[in-house]
Amino acid sequence: MTRQEETQLAIAACKVRMGVIEGTHGAKAGHPGGSLSAADLFAYLYNRELRVDPANPRWEDRDRFVLSKGHTAPGLYGALAYRGFFPTEDLPTLRHIDSYLQGHPNMNTVPGVDMSTGSLGQGVSAAAGMAKAAKLQGRDHIRIYALLGDGEIEEGQCWEAFLFAAHYRLDNLCVIIDLNGLQIDGATRDVMNTAPAAEKLEAFGFQTISIDGHSFSQMEDAFASFHSCQDRPTAILMHTTKGKGVSYMENQVGWHGKAPNDEEYETAMAELRARLAELEAAQ
Amino acid sequence: MSDMQRKPVATRDSYGAALAELGREHPDVVVLDADLSAATKTSVFKKAFPERHFNCGIAEGNMIAAAAGMAAMGLTPFASSFAMFAAGRAFEQIRNSVGYPRLNVKIGATHGGISVGEDGASHQCCEDFALMRSIPGMTVLCPADDVEARAAVRAAYEHQGPVYLRFGRLAVPVFHDEASFRFQIGRGEQLTDGMDAAILATGLMVAEALQAAEALAAEGIHVRVINLCTIKPLDEELVVKAAEECGRVVTCEEHSVIGGLGEAVAALLAERRPTPMRRVGVKDVFGHSGPARALLEQFGLTASGIAEVVREFLREA
Repeated sequence: MTRQEETQLAIAACKVRMGVIEGTHGAKAGHPGGSLSAADLFAYLYNRELRVDPANPRWEDRDRFVLSKGHTAPGLYGALAYRGFFPTEDLPTLRHIDSYLQGHPNMNTVPGVDMSTGSLGQGVSAAAGMAKAAKLQGRDHIRIYALLGDGEIEEGQCWEAFLFAAHYRLDNLCVIIDLNGLQIDGATRDVMNTAPAAEKLEAFGFQTISIDGHSFSQMEDAFASFHSCQDRPTAILMHTTKGKGVSYMENQVGWHGKAPNDEEYETAMAELRARLAELEAAQ
Repeated sequence: MSDMQRKPVATRDSYGAALAELGREHPDVVVLDADLSAATKTSVFKKAFPERHFNCGIAEGNMIAAAAGMAAMGLTPFASSFAMFAAGRAFEQIRNSVGYPRLNVKIGATHGGISVGEDGASHQCCEDFALMRSIPGMTVLCPADDVEARAAVRAAYEHQGPVYLRFGRLAVPVFHDEASFRFQIGRGEQLTDGMDAAILATGLMVAEALQAAEALAAEGIHVRVINLCTIKPLDEELVVKAAEECGRVVTCEEHSVIGGLGEAVAALLAERRPTPMRRVGVKDVFGHSGPARALLEQFGLTASGIAEVVREFLREA
């Protein structure tokens, strides 16, 4: 990956973060913390990894992305909007009555959303079902991606899905786990420890790759390993900072599911605008 | 109509046979099971189409959501387990991953009701109609015999959207005539004429209601038996008409009297045609182990139980 490509991705990620702030501020609710920790991934997926077509969101041959940690919809919506699936001006209508931007992803209202999610643990099962279906249909060039939270994998159903994915050798399935270390009630290691996730997934039969979830070049390498992996699913364990990119939200458990007020909104947007200007100047 | 000479058939067997037939005609049909293929009879499909039958192991929640993912890719999955573990254990997966996104998943739930028998209360699901009815857009079917069950599976395939089908473990009489039978989701079926009372039954209670009608006719009581295979959406016009013309309504189901056919009918009639009613069903209690027929007898879910309720109803009103 060239320096310029990396800068372009950083710009895309910065815009996703702005979308997260616009959305949650407009909604006066929502989940900025986990949306920001995964913002770099959202930017990478929708600008470099996924074969999708914003002009034809239901293109049958597209790759699928399932946001199993559905509460981080603001991040997904930001990525979709800046990729051209719908107008960025709509982002502040998040969670508003009669808006198509539902609090959690709805595949029937939001262009580009491949599965309705929100109830933790279910999206990854749906993704595994999609991967199995693609194989049966002889379309396993279609890759299926699912993003989970490290709190989410406390749900037993995730492990049912992991068994299924390994049992059926779903090498067209990439499970990404956002290890930001925090969940609503506190640090994941205190609430219900899910570590060591990599070892567990390895034991379940996955190819596992641990990366810095804010490094595009590491993402590039990890997805390359996914593409070349055969006969088993891939898990990318992505170490991240919850709230990444907005100084006062970083590593603060309180920003899991709280919207910025007007003043906090201005602070966050000022930081992100400065970052964007810096990146654009570096281009 | 009546062909009682045919050997009784459990509707779970009808399910397995119908799946295999559908599988031959439609390559998009896939079947998921949770380690109960021999009991749910999806093993019949598995034998014919092993590459389209996916055992999910003992993990019903994952099975349902995986089926949702398959439907999102254009397949038509039938996901199967016992009613208790499909409608019960996986309720929330059905609600959120199938019902809410309106995905084209068919849930084939076998071993409904107390006629599961010896396994006892843990496996006797008398709550599935209540659970499934409460999900917006869910179609709920409970076929009465082999002919209807096979037709219902076909109709479920042709219907675009989620369908819950309840089948039984116990072999039950086959009273429909294969050649003339026509099935339509949402349509009830009037089986006998009569104006003294209407008996609205579903599942294995339909054959019982027919027998009750015969016994009552011998006493000069003429009841109208209606088969409501489709619990949701209810055939409202047929039910209201029966209430209007008969003046008394008795519902019969192998399900709790809470939340099932009886309450669906009661709610409809309360709004459109208030009518005295009696509900034959499981009376807010758990079942227990025993031979299926003995249990049905004990819980009053038989022809004689229904006939007794009708006689008393006529004496009171």
